[in-house]
Order: sequence, then structure tokens, then C-alpha cells
Amino acid sequence: MTDETITLNIDGKTVSVPKGATLLEAAQAAGIDVPLICYHEATSPNGLCRICVVDVDGGRVLQPACVAECGADTRVETRNERVLRSRRTILEMLNASVNLEQAPEIQDMMTDYSADEERFPEARRRESELIDDNPFYVRDYEQCVLCWRCVQVCAEDAQFTFALTLKNRGHETSVATAFDISMTESPCVFCGQCVGVCPTGALKPKLEWGMEQGWSSEELRQQTRRKRKKDAG
Amino acid sequence: MIAERDIDATLDAYRGRGREALLPALWDAQRAYGYISPENVHRISHVLRVPEADIYGVIGFYTLFHDAPTGRRVIRVCTDPTCALVGADEVLHGLCERLSLSGAGSTADGEYTVEHSPCLGMCDYAPAALVSQRGEDDIALPSVTVDDLLGAWNGDYFRPAGDDESVLLDPSLSTAPQTLAQYGEYQALRRAIFDLSPEAVIAEVEASGLIGRGGAAFPTGLKWKFTRGAAGELKYVVCNADESEPGAFKDRVLMEHRPHLLLEGIALAAYAVGTGKAIIFVRGEYPKATAILASAIQEAEAAGLLGQGIMGSEFSLDIEIRRGAGAYICGEETALFEAIEGKRGFPRMKPPYPTTFGLFGMPTAVNNVETLCAIPGIVGQGADWFRSFGTAESAGAKLISVSGHVGRPGVYEIQPGITLRAFLADACQGVTGELKAVLMGGAAGTFLLPDEIDVPLSFEDLRAAGGSFGSGAIMVFNQTTDLRDVLRRLGLFFQHESCGKCFPCQLGTQRQVEILERLEAPRAGDRQRLLDVGMTMTEASICGLGHTAAMAVMSALEKFPELFEAEA
Repeated sequence: MTDETITLNIDGKTVSVPKGATLLEAAQAAGIDVPLICYHEATSPNGLCRICVVDVDGGRVLQPACVAECGADTRVETRNERVLRSRRTILEMLNASVNLEQAPEIQDMMTDYSADEERFPEARRRESELIDDNPFYVRDYEQCVLCWRCVQVCAEDAQFTFALTLKNRGHETSVATAFDISMTESPCVFCGQCVGVCPTGALKPKLEWGMEQGWSSEELRQQTRRKRKKDAG
Repeated sequence: MIAERDIDATLDAYRGRGREALLPALWDAQRAYGYISPENVHRISHVLRVPEADIYGVIGFYTLFHDAPTGRRVIRVCTDPTCALVGADEVLHGLCERLSLSGAGSTADGEYTVEHSPCLGMCDYAPAALVSQRGEDDIALPSVTVDDLLGAWNGDYFRPAGDDESVLLDPSLSTAPQTLAQYGEYQALRRAIFDLSPEAVIAEVEASGLIGRGGAAFPTGLKWKFTRGAAGELKYVVCNADESEPGAFKDRVLMEHRPHLLLEGIALAAYAVGTGKAIIFVRGEYPKATAILASAIQEAEAAGLLGQGIMGSEFSLDIEIRRGAGAYICGEETALFEAIEGKRGFPRMKPPYPTTFGLFGMPTAVNNVETLCAIPGIVGQGADWFRSFGTAESAGAKLISVSGHVGRPGVYEIQPGITLRAFLADACQGVTGELKAVLMGGAAGTFLLPDEIDVPLSFEDLRAAGGSFGSGAIMVFNQTTDLRDVLRRLGLFFQHESCGKCFPCQLGTQRQVEILERLEAPRAGDRQRLLDVGMTMTEASICGLGHTAAMAVMSALEKFPELFEAEA
């Protein structure tokens, strides 16, 4: 990044940022909150969820703040009617397909943007069985918003293990192993980074999940290989 | 069944290559076995050093690839609007009935798999089908019946295109393709190599006013200038032959009829931007065009017009053909690069643009088939000659694909500026029945009402009328057409073709089709739902697919509001 700074206007505030800064960085510098779903500081941004879109100079399309760079002397609006409609509609459409019960941040956004939980009746939900195939974590893809973070940390963004991929496309996309083999058959090394970056309840430590199921401590030990106290030494 | 060592022998050809060879390797495996098994994924993974999960993800992205066993004959019947007008559903149902299938699927004896398909680009021969017979080349079939599809078919089709004024088409052809002897020995390329600098070629193209024919209408000369000026040891020319817009088939006709015109255009592009490597990415649904181009390349190389030291000069060019595998999104230029690189065809974020960061991250000039076919004329006969066709802002002859209710569906070459009314009445031999609507620009297009067809066919006039040429597809519907059914099929098309990368399009194409499925009995608020979904896709999606996935629906909301109200 060069020493050069540029100046732009965000929601009426004049902000100066280094050239190359994203609109998200500029908004944060100005103390303006921009909602984020797929974005994570540890993964390469792909501009997927578009919940962070903002209006730059009333352009034909909205810009994803997480990846779009600031333009000198531009006028950015982060909460005008166009932006609010897109954010609200994205949340309503997402809620119609995905179980967001364990995604409190997205729930807060639903409230913030007055998103109607019943906006899309008769909608096709992405349904799938919970996958419990290893002692470490469970996968419940009904709660998956397709932020790609798990696939990315399993690959070039961190672990280079390549156990995960995306299968199918469009609305029917899901995270999967090759040919849906179990995690124990896959190259997964159980590093846990995918669980760490999951923004919803889609990936969950088995211990936590077992406790939610009301398992006894003996069951928890059997199912998760958690060491007995006296063995732990 | 082919023995395992045979597939190993096939894969040996890819040894030393990497991920970019993935789609070709998957095609080889699927052709031999009818699908790509876990064992073959394992083998391909070893040869190309690509993780198995990645390969599985790629198979699932492209609809022509299968990850589970299929019948020995896979039959895909197009069910998009134009084919539906002439009984595609009946063919599909008849097929299933004869094979005792309750719907799309495979017969128990492993002989047949039946699928419905998005537009196959054969709208001039509707209803169309694409058939794969184990171990053989795929074949696109015109005007199909159930008997054709179950028996020994005849895949021959040829209809001369063009008239005496034509420069892109050639009405004198009695069969396709035009041979090198008929076409001539690349005189425009000879002129460029021996008489013109690359900069002079670019200047001529800029002066011609040629703008891209793929849909985005970007000035071609400017694109080449950027690519030539970009820093990069390697550069590429990529020909976008992934024509997949429902209703568009002009590029197919050009490739099938005049392969050398395209190859000479590609060679001129490569000379101009300064590269020795070009790739033609042809959609998987065009096996005939792919085969014709492959033999035309051999023919030209044998004549010293392509390959090493062209015409005895220092200029060399290798042209490679890559076959797509069923994904409309790959017509988006950056998704197309991803497909060539062996990945899921996700569009990239722009900027950076292809002219600086294109295929394999290198400066790339990516041009549509028709655009490249305009180049030999411009270089050979000059910018002024080119500008003598059309209007000031829409210079040059333009191809239009016409389908639906007209006397003669097909590809036509027009001089921009003529009105749609005159075009339909004269060239297309009139509308069959009483005109109800024209869908201008394909699935991602806009509707024109019968009293709006006096609009001149030019980039500027159509833009002023709130539409666009798009890829030059015109679908004509008469009074017998159920426009709700048309909208439903367009909705299904986008739902099927959304890549799933960005939330607005991944979710919006699904929500949109759910509402379009109940147009006969809409719920209160559906109109507003369609508008909110449509505007969100248009304004917040990553790429052109999402930006235009609601275009026809939003146009119908304005032009045919009654379609969205409950029947009285």
C-alpha cells in the first residue's frame, strides 16, 4: 500500500483512507457499521453474501464493501433505500432457505433491517440430515449459509487439506466431501479450523452438540473420545 | 466396458499437466464409462495432482457430467420456451412412456437415461435433443420425435443462411462447412502480417467502430489495445463460443458454416495483441461445431496458415479447442477462464478485468465468435467498408437468431437500422398467426408489444427503447402462446443456471421461480415479491447472470401486468 491517501464521503462524513482501502475499512474508520455474513478476516474475501453492499455515486449496481476499493471523491451511502431493500431481501430469502436459529448475528440483522420471517411462503428450504460421522464435530447443513469459510480454511486459506468442496450449484449447492464419504475416510486431519470459522450452527463440536442432546457424561466420553479425568494426567 | 488400463492409457496423455487439463480428462472418462466414478476421480487426481474433493466439486457443477452410472444412451430433450412451443414436453413425456419411466431418470436395464435440458442452441430446429451414446461422440439432433431418439437417428442438418448482401454468412454454401479452398487463403491475415503492424491492425479495428457481439457491446479495438498494452510475458486470445442464451444460435451457425472465417479472425486478434496462443471455448452442447472447428484447424495448419511460422513469417499461433460441459454461466468471461483452468465456473470479481488479469492471471482478449468473424473483413477491406453497413453507432452487419412463431426461424444477417417490423415481415417471412409479444435479447431480454415493433434494430435504438440487442436473440410469440408458461420456463432456466456463488442470485433465482410457478393462483404480495427479488438480483449480484436474471420478468410486470393477477 502506498502512502497516498484518498478522500471520500460516506453517509455525509468526509473520510480519508490509504489508497487501496476497501469501502468496509473506510466505513469502519468513520464509525459506520456495515453488516457482514461471509466476510472473515482470516479468509480470502469473495464478496458472496452481498449483505455489505453500499451505493457508490448512485451507480447502476451496488458495491460489496468488503472487497470494493474506495474511489477518490466518491459519495457513498450505506443505508439508502436501494441498499436497505437489497439487505432486507437477501435476509428474507436466506431465512426462507436456511435454519438461522443458531445464527444470532444474522437474527439481529433481521431485526435491524425489518426483515419479515414469513416473507416467502411455500419456499423450498435446503433440507439435509445431520451428519454425525466422527468423534470431533457434527455437520448440520440445514444451518449452512454457504459462506465458504470452511471450504477455504480446509484449502489454500489455511490447512491445505482439501477434504471439503462445494457440490451441485445454484440454490442446490452444499458443502461436501468427495462423493459424500465420511470425514474419517476423507483427508480431514481434524484441525478444527472449519468449526472455528463457521458463523452458524452448521459445524459444531460434538461435545457441545451431545450436551444439547442431553447425553450423560459417560455417553459424551464414549462418543467424543474425551479423556476420563483420571486418564488426563 | 473399457478395462482400467485403457483409462490409464488415456490419462497418460495428460501426465505432466495440471488442473487446466481437468475438463478434458473428465470428458474422456465420461465418454468411456458414461459417468465419472470414484475410481476414475482417484486416477485423475493422481495424474493431474488435483484433490479428489475438488474434482468431485467440478463434476457436480457442470450438468453434462455425471457422478453416478447412466444408461448407455443419454437423451437430453430441450424444454426451454422455443422448443416447448413445438411440443418438447410431449416428446419428453412420450419418451418416458415408451421407456416406462415416470419422469426423467434411467431405465432399469441400464440402456437409457432421459433428462430435460436447458436451451441447446438449436431453436431453428425445435424441438432439439442432445444425445450421448457410450463410447461415441455426442450428437445434437434436430426436430426430434420419440422414434428418432429411440431408433437410429439422423443428425444431419443444414440450411443455407444469408443472402447476396451477406458478409458474415454465405448463401452459396450447399453443405457445411465451408472448406479452406472455398474460403480462400486468409488474405486479410496475409495483409496484416506483411503490410501492417499490430498497432495498425488495432487502429483499423478501432476505426471500424466494431463493438462486441456477445451481449456486453464493448468496443473491440479498445479491448485489444488494453490487452496489447498490459504487462505480461504471456498473453491469450480466448474465443467465447459458449453461446448459451436461450434463443441464441448465431455463433453455432457461424462455426458450423464458416469455420475459417472465425479462425482467421482469431489469428488476426492474436497478431494484434501479441500472442501465439489462442483458445476457443465451445459449449458442450455444440459437438458438431466443435468437430468442424477441429478439422478446420488441421486444414489451416497443413496449409501453413496456422501453426509455426505462418506464411513463412515469424508469427506463430497455436489454437486449442476446449469443450464446455453444460453451464450457461461460463459464457461470462471470467467464469469461462475458471472452466478452462479446471475449476467450478464461478465468475470472478471485477476489477481486475481480463485485459490485465485474465486466463491464468495473464492479459487476455476474450471475444465472442461473431465479433471475431467481423475482423477479417475489417482488416482486409478496411474500416470504411465496415462502416458502410449499419448505422453510425451500430457499424457493420449483425447476426440475429430468430425463433418461435415466424415463417422461417433461423439466423439472419441484418444491416442495423432496419425496423423489427420490416425484418419480421420480410426476412423471416412474417409472423405466424397474430403477434402477441417479442422477447428481444433472449432469456435475459425484454418484451416488446405488437405496437412497439417499429423500433429500429440497432444498439442505440434498442437501448433507448429500454431493451438491448443482447446476444441478438429474438423470440416471437403469437396469440396461442401462454406467456405465463414462457415466464415459468425462463425462471426455471435461471434457477438451473445460477452458479450459486453470490446470495442474491443463488437465492433470488429460486425465490423467483417459486412465485412464477404459481402465476395462475398468485398469493397476495407476489408482485412486490418479484420486484424486490428482481431488483436485489439486478443491483447486488456479482455478475451479468444475476444482473439480468429478472430482466424478462420485470419487463413482463410492466408490459403484461394482467399475467400477475389472479384469474377473475
